[in-house]
Amino acid sequence: MYDIAIIGAGIAGSYIARELTRYKLDIVLLDGENDVGNQITMANSAIVHAGFDAPASKLKGKFNAPGNIMYEKVCEDLDVPFKRCGSLVVAHNEYEMATIQELYQNGLKNGVPGLQILFKDEVHAMEPNLNEDICGALYAPTAGIVSPFELCIHAAENAVDNGVTLKMNHMVSDIKNHHGYFEIITNAGNVEAKYVINAAGLFADNIYAMVGEPYFKLLARKGHYFIFDKEAGSLVNSVIFPCPSKKGKGILVAPTVHGNLLIGPDAEPVSYKGDIATTGERLDYIKENALKNCPDLPFNKIIRSYAGLRNTPVRDTYTTTDGDFIIEESPVRGFINVAGYESPGLTSIPAVAHHVVENIVKPMIPHLEENPDYNPKVRKHLRFDEMTEEEKVEIIKEDPKYGKVICRCETITEGEIIDVIHRSAGARSVKAVKKRTRAGMGRCQGGFCSPRVVEILARELNVPLDDVMYDQQDSAYILSGHTKSVKEEA
Amino acid sequence: MIYDVVILGGGPAGLAAAVEAKNGGAENVLILERDRELGGILNQCIHNGFGLHTFNEELTGPEYAERYIQKVKDLNIPYMLDTMVLDMHDNGDLKAIHVINEENGYMIIEAKAVILTMGCRERTSGAIGIPGYRPSGVFTAGTAQRFINMEGFMPGKEVVILGSGDIGLIMARRMTLEGAHVQAVCELMPYSNGLVRNIVQCLDDYDIPLKLSHTITFIHGKDRLEGVTVAKVDEKLKVIPGTEEYIPCDTLLLSVGLIPENEITRNAGVVMDNRTNGAIVGELRQTSMPGVFACGNVVHVHDLVDFVSEEAVLAGKGAAKFIKGELDNEITFTTTNGDGIGYVVPQQVAMKNVEDKVTFYMRVRQVFKDKVVNAYIGDQLIATKKEKKLLPAEMVNFKIAKDILAQYPAGEIRFVVEEAK
Amino acid sequence: MKKEMTCIVCPIGCQMTIEEKADGTYEVTGNTCKRGPKYAINEMTNPTRVIPTTVVIKNAMLPRLPVKTAEPIPKGQIFDAMAVINQVVVEAPIKTGDVVIKDLLGLGIDVVATRTMDKC
Repeated sequence: MYDIAIIGAGIAGSYIARELTRYKLDIVLLDGENDVGNQITMANSAIVHAGFDAPASKLKGKFNAPGNIMYEKVCEDLDVPFKRCGSLVVAHNEYEMATIQELYQNGLKNGVPGLQILFKDEVHAMEPNLNEDICGALYAPTAGIVSPFELCIHAAENAVDNGVTLKMNHMVSDIKNHHGYFEIITNAGNVEAKYVINAAGLFADNIYAMVGEPYFKLLARKGHYFIFDKEAGSLVNSVIFPCPSKKGKGILVAPTVHGNLLIGPDAEPVSYKGDIATTGERLDYIKENALKNCPDLPFNKIIRSYAGLRNTPVRDTYTTTDGDFIIEESPVRGFINVAGYESPGLTSIPAVAHHVVENIVKPMIPHLEENPDYNPKVRKHLRFDEMTEEEKVEIIKEDPKYGKVICRCETITEGEIIDVIHRSAGARSVKAVKKRTRAGMGRCQGGFCSPRVVEILARELNVPLDDVMYDQQDSAYILSGHTKSVKEEA
Repeated sequence: MIYDVVILGGGPAGLAAAVEAKNGGAENVLILERDRELGGILNQCIHNGFGLHTFNEELTGPEYAERYIQKVKDLNIPYMLDTMVLDMHDNGDLKAIHVINEENGYMIIEAKAVILTMGCRERTSGAIGIPGYRPSGVFTAGTAQRFINMEGFMPGKEVVILGSGDIGLIMARRMTLEGAHVQAVCELMPYSNGLVRNIVQCLDDYDIPLKLSHTITFIHGKDRLEGVTVAKVDEKLKVIPGTEEYIPCDTLLLSVGLIPENEITRNAGVVMDNRTNGAIVGELRQTSMPGVFACGNVVHVHDLVDFVSEEAVLAGKGAAKFIKGELDNEITFTTTNGDGIGYVVPQQVAMKNVEDKVTFYMRVRQVFKDKVVNAYIGDQLIATKKEKKLLPAEMVNFKIAKDILAQYPAGEIRFVVEEAK
Repeated sequence: MKKEMTCIVCPIGCQMTIEEKADGTYEVTGNTCKRGPKYAINEMTNPTRVIPTTVVIKNAMLPRLPVKTAEPIPKGQIFDAMAVINQVVVEAPIKTGDVVIKDLLGLGIDVVATRTMDKC
């Protein structure tokens, strides 16, 4: 019997799990996927928002700016790439300038530091590649860019290092409330826990419906993105948002923390919560709209397009909080919902996790003792490409596997790949290796390195080559079998 | 140790360049290869058809590679395997090449001359942005080729191929021979991008349909590929509504183009040509950086390895001349692509280095029948090459004798496709 | 019998038609040079192909050895040939040209290795 079961190992579940390890608790983190951070966390804008857009009255407004401020420390502890590059909301006319004024005022209410309204010349001095008709902007120096899946993976790793049990490929099909404890039924065995934190992303409404009368539902909205080659990475220095309108936030252009360029997303309601298919029409829409602010986008430098889902909450009873996070102990005693966790969820998570642990869990569980062994830091990730020449010399001497480059595009060595396979919450698939090391994320998109990565995974996990998966267990196979009809063993 | 010539890449271009540099008088030659053996991509190209021009016989890729590897060994040219070049810096007289491998760790290798022969990579599904899901089961043709021919694994059983590049056609036959069912090869353009010989021997022989003016409009399957939607396109390459057809398959191979791999070249500051995606080179494949040469697919994508070897000989010669101080750097001519021509290599000619002729490689932009390629300097027609058929897939090989070029003091040589007179 | 075919003797790729006459001779049209009819008649009477493929190899750096038929074999027997080739297991070391299968399908044609693979 665990003290707490967390359902969903995305950014919310993984980070809250880590935060909970500050206390002596027996925690299990469950997820139906083959890797942590594999859905919403995997495909979003990767932006640490300054916090000027959400109203102060909402949880989004309450947690965004405080979460943002915590990022340096969090990313240092968890060894995650993060860059405070600032953001601009750009205006093309007087009408949009008025909106920018409103955002500025709202930002002040939310406690966003350093906000400035810039004149035309200042905007263009800062970002020479923007459309010339941009007449002003709201500058938020605290906005940043981060690697969201690395943040999630490292949080999960740190949680496991601090004692959390991680159970991947555990798809929850039902929950029995035994009034005093919950029994979670999964396809890979049942799990018992006194308390449950529901951080199941898009499916948090379905999970809650297993124990209580539904009081919210989650609408899936699909967003398309393009990633450009690093050659285009310096087109903009900061995150460029269009001025928000009634139609929505619009298409942003942003550098990524790894040096690529990202554009997107749109927001298309979809009925199927697995619909991450791109459509030609929507991809064209992204391109057209991104050009409005950034006319020199080199579309021939695109290396990847994809779509991700986000979940917009709709409450049945309290319509005034429509569209806000749902972070509370539910009407079912001992069952906490962290749902409707969309933008700025990534930014808010350090503050939200703190709130969940200190203000929701702690009052629920009397006599919580601090965990004296809690270590907030993950073991340093050795990123060969980012090392100095001297460091490179040293690391290859220590471990020659760092002298063997597997991914040519991103210069990822075998040493790094072996390391992420053997860490806590380690990589079990080609995609999991890609998320952790960037092998396969470069311009050749794994063309050269994927056969080698398959080979390394098979060797390190001691499984046959054709058992190595691209992503999901069993279904995302890469190889269908051997050539030739003879049976061969070594 | 300071080398005379260091060669970045041990594929067909690197091997031939090394041999020629050594034969041309360079004493200390070193080949750096990132893979675990010499031969480059030829090791996975187990089909025949190589060497018809060079050896007058039909060899498979490994056989062709082995002939050059043997020459390298006979000449005692050293090579380092599993060795990755991180960077190259121009320090004036010497180039500093930063490399790593497991055995020797981090090394800085100095060279008087460098020959770039890194080859090319395949365009990916990400680059062409096919709508739909992103499951496993979508491979570039070359990745599938490596899995099947070298590792002995099948990527799948029911196959659709997008793009009629040669590797795609070769893989259609290869997968069929290994028991897979290839349902179709779809080509966006109204003509094939592969050699005629490959269409006949790889598709027609096995009744594999080639669907010209067709593309893939949707990839189905969340985890593993389940099928593709194929549709016909009009002259503007736009999908014609109503022509969509669903083809169930577990494997999609892409053969949609090759891109020279020039990260090191660009980072070093060598001047590039955005038509070829390779360095701007001269008649002996010298680049804008004195002492740095480039040849093979890293300069422009070739369709026959024989021409890669031919070009590598030029670069090897150039590097040997350079270290002996015999390379002239006065540019006499520049070249340019006129109507109908996509690019021309070399982009520059220094006449003093020319022995008897200059071979200009170029590609046409579309299929032409009964036309000629004319070379002009100013208004003066200096040479004509007649071709019954000009195909984008088949590189034009246009030789102009030194005597003809020598009649002009300088200028721009312009190549155009025109009516035969 | 009448058959359409693309000539592969040179890159032009002439679309040829070949027709068998009552007297057993062939008439070829559509060709633009005299090499066309020769190719067409050969394709009609006895089309042959070299088969490049792989066999299983043990104790080598790779699990597959590339091989080919030393001569072209009749087109109609390609899959029969593959069935035989697929059963073969060889041991490293192997040298280019080593015979992997002698007298394939009784055709008098060998299957030979197309690369050298050392033992490891």
